[in-house]
Amino acid sequence: MPRTLSDLKANVAASWRRGRGRVLAFIATASLGGCSQGVLDPQGPIASAEKTILLNSLGIMLAIVVPTILATLGIAYWFRASNTRAVHLPDFEYSGLLEMIVWSIPAMTVLLLGGIAWIGAHELDPRKPLASSVKPIAVQVTSLDWKWLFIYPNEGIASVNTLTIPSGTPISFDLTSSGVMNSFFVPQLGSQIYTMAGMVTHLQLRAEKPGVYPGFSAQFSGDGFAGMNFAVNAVPPEQFTQWIAATRGKGPALDAQGYAALARPSEAVAPLTYGSVTPGLFGSVVRESTQSIDRPRAVPAGGRMEN
Amino acid sequence: MNILGKLSWSAIPISEPEDLIASGLMILAAVGVLAWVTAKGRWPYLWQEWLTSVDHKRIGVMYCVLALLMLLRGFTDAIMMRTQQALAAGGAQGYLPPQHYDQIFSAHGTIMIFFMAMPFIIGLMNFAVPLQLGIRDVAFPTLNSVSLGLTASGILLTNVSLVIGEFAKTGWVAYPPLSELRFSPGVGVDYYLWALQISGVGTLLTGINFVTTILKMRAPGMSYMRMPVFCWTALATNLLIVAAFPVLTATFAMLLLDRYLGFHFFTNSGQGNPMMYVNLFWAWGHPEVYILILPAFGIFSEVFATFSGKPLFGYRSMVAATMAICIFSFLVWLHHFFTMGAGADVNGFFGVMTMIIAVPTGVKIFNWLFTMFGGRVRFTVPILWSLGFMVTFVIGGMTGVLLAVPPADFQLHNSLFLVAHFHNVLIGGLFFGVMAGYNYWFPKAFGFTLSERWGKAAFWCWLIGFYVAFMPLYALGLMGMTRRLQHYDNASWQPLLIVAAAGAIIVLCGIICQIVQLVVSIRDREQHRDRTGDPWDGRTLEWATPSPPPTWNFPVLPRVEGKDAFWIQKQHAGGSGAERGEPLRYEPIEMPKNSATGFVTAFFAVVTGFALIWHIWWMALLGVLGAFVTILAFAWRERAEIEIPAAVLERGDRAYRAGLNR
Repeated sequence: MPRTLSDLKANVAASWRRGRGRVLAFIATASLGGCSQGVLDPQGPIASAEKTILLNSLGIMLAIVVPTILATLGIAYWFRASNTRAVHLPDFEYSGLLEMIVWSIPAMTVLLLGGIAWIGAHELDPRKPLASSVKPIAVQVTSLDWKWLFIYPNEGIASVNTLTIPSGTPISFDLTSSGVMNSFFVPQLGSQIYTMAGMVTHLQLRAEKPGVYPGFSAQFSGDGFAGMNFAVNAVPPEQFTQWIAATRGKGPALDAQGYAALARPSEAVAPLTYGSVTPGLFGSVVRESTQSIDRPRAVPAGGRMEN
Repeated sequence: MNILGKLSWSAIPISEPEDLIASGLMILAAVGVLAWVTAKGRWPYLWQEWLTSVDHKRIGVMYCVLALLMLLRGFTDAIMMRTQQALAAGGAQGYLPPQHYDQIFSAHGTIMIFFMAMPFIIGLMNFAVPLQLGIRDVAFPTLNSVSLGLTASGILLTNVSLVIGEFAKTGWVAYPPLSELRFSPGVGVDYYLWALQISGVGTLLTGINFVTTILKMRAPGMSYMRMPVFCWTALATNLLIVAAFPVLTATFAMLLLDRYLGFHFFTNSGQGNPMMYVNLFWAWGHPEVYILILPAFGIFSEVFATFSGKPLFGYRSMVAATMAICIFSFLVWLHHFFTMGAGADVNGFFGVMTMIIAVPTGVKIFNWLFTMFGGRVRFTVPILWSLGFMVTFVIGGMTGVLLAVPPADFQLHNSLFLVAHFHNVLIGGLFFGVMAGYNYWFPKAFGFTLSERWGKAAFWCWLIGFYVAFMPLYALGLMGMTRRLQHYDNASWQPLLIVAAAGAIIVLCGIICQIVQLVVSIRDREQHRDRTGDPWDGRTLEWATPSPPPTWNFPVLPRVEGKDAFWIQKQHAGGSGAERGEPLRYEPIEMPKNSATGFVTAFFAVVTGFALIWHIWWMALLGVLGAFVTILAFAWRERAEIEIPAAVLERGDRAYRAGLNR
């Protein structure tokens, strides 16, 4: 029991010293551990290029921003009212030369960054095919309430909330939504893109190495949104072929009825695979999502419905 | 058919304890205030001096009071979100289920943008612009009071949703198809839409009022290039309001038609197009960003000039930059959804445009820097907020330009990096700005300065709290954490979210300091009394009047001989004192009469809005009819103005000048 205030202070200081190292180490490892799944730990060419653009743009701007912050603090401090040594220029309100510099600095920075933006938007256009000698694998993505459906049209199989892809192979995604808008995003592979009902967006990604990369929806879509996670399993191409063979014909079939059952709202759905898929299912999802009747998907909270 | 439409006892959230406690406390506070006013017998004063006042200064103060109250409400939502995310890691679900958490982040965004930021800047413009222009009121004083009433109606409806029914669970942008009847069948989205429709009309009327005022009603000699920069930014903001708010109103009207009458503007079916809403929303939404930030830039310009004892550096540059931003702000909206899948040319164009708009903003930063250069900078509370802004805003601007690079945005869109960015510019830019303005103009409004000590404590808590709360979010965004997550599996995000929650607690200390500042300053008002009307050695005309100014602001309209009109007057008079300006000839003036139109319109607006939300059609009809009759009654009024005799003007002015000599 601390008797006096100074005892208490000493105790607090001691425990702070003991705890500080641990806390800092905890935060540091946590941050680094987290980064190993974020956009700063790219695992594919798109994500790598985007990281480079991110850091380069940041570097260019820091070259202006840091001096500006220092100048702000420096000038405010030096010209404080009590500093009689500072030069006093009570009528200094215009200088053509300074004005020119003032407009040129941001203009030139933006000229440079604008170039990066323009070229980057073209180089990393989500639908642009990746240069590769390997034939791309096609995957059709549908966001549902609240899970992801991945159809492999050429392999005739499908999976929910898990996406298995061969590493080193371009993946060509076609994406749509069964209803509400979502955004398909695997940070370590790069570029997210919206999924919208009745529309198909395109995205080309590649995982360089085998690994498990988290994916999720990056556009709020309702109550079950936080559970719309999936894992991307990037496996060596030969293992991918084995996985296709092992999956095909096993488990349930995804036909129109199976899709209707899947489309019912559900949350935090466990990953599953379908051994077969009705050909053309993705196309009919795109068409039918624009023809569905506008009926409520849930009973409203607060107030009953009258029809 | 139920006479009360969709309304029934089930609308009261009995099953949600947090909701019930919050509503209970809110009702208790409201009843408490009403009881206090009744017990003190202050109703006549409140009614005659405030609620029916058409004085731009009173209306400005009431706008600011609303904004401060909504700051508390919005911040309560914020602290709930931060604690929820600090807890709900791994398998944990925290204490807020999704249907509750989703309402909280939707309400937080809606309230902070529409009911905190907007009323605050409109309040400050209301208070300061006519004084700075050297005139007696805005162009349409009663309309101004109607604007306030409609804003208050929107605020009331939003807060009613806490007690009766629910608020939107769609995010503050309410994108369809999620906000369509099929996916959001409850009344939440209707509360959102009607509250914003009603307050949006109020904002549009404010825009019309201020554009007219600034273009047509300046004091003799005040040419455009002699206007204070705050008035220029107010002009730009109100031009943007007039151009942009009808877009929002029309967009919401289409969504309402979808929801109420089965139209197909934005539905998935019937060839509706939800992305059209997204485009239209941001065609309003990006100008809205500048509607909010430009007046803050104006405040910083006034504060840096005043407390450096120097004219603003590069006045013409500042005006050019403001008007450039005003125009360019309509050419950047697509950067809010680069990830829609538009082509590279479209994304590239909007990315480059977004960067171009950063140029005039950068120019402003450097001009404020040179305004301090060679000055005698006094470190008062307003300039602390302004310096805090300079440092914080350039960081926010930098991350904003980063997000304008389409490939970078593909990785950071909707992440906590984005959340950190816009809080960086909204808190570090807009909020620091209105706080500078609040501390700067408070003595003018009430006749005594605010406590510097508590003001500084509040500033430091806000500044440090902001960095502790939002820097972790930048890191989390880079770690791949998206926004609006009620819970998350990745436990390695939790430490940083706990730090962010601690930051929110530091901000809470800042808010407590602000409340204490207000209380202490009112208690010690005699010590901090401003007898000269010019406590900061100001440069613009609002300081050429007593604090608080009389209803008519200026007994005789000032003659303006240059920029910084009051500074020139003081220079001519050789310092301060009664000699500034020659003896005046007082003539009787006419001032607009008090009017209950604004208050009554607001009452009927609330009735109409509530009825439409709950489908109580007879009540909606009565509300619309009531509002219409109110307008008729106003149009047929017998007398619109009262005359202030010359003797009254002279007496007041002589007392003020005598005070200056003491």
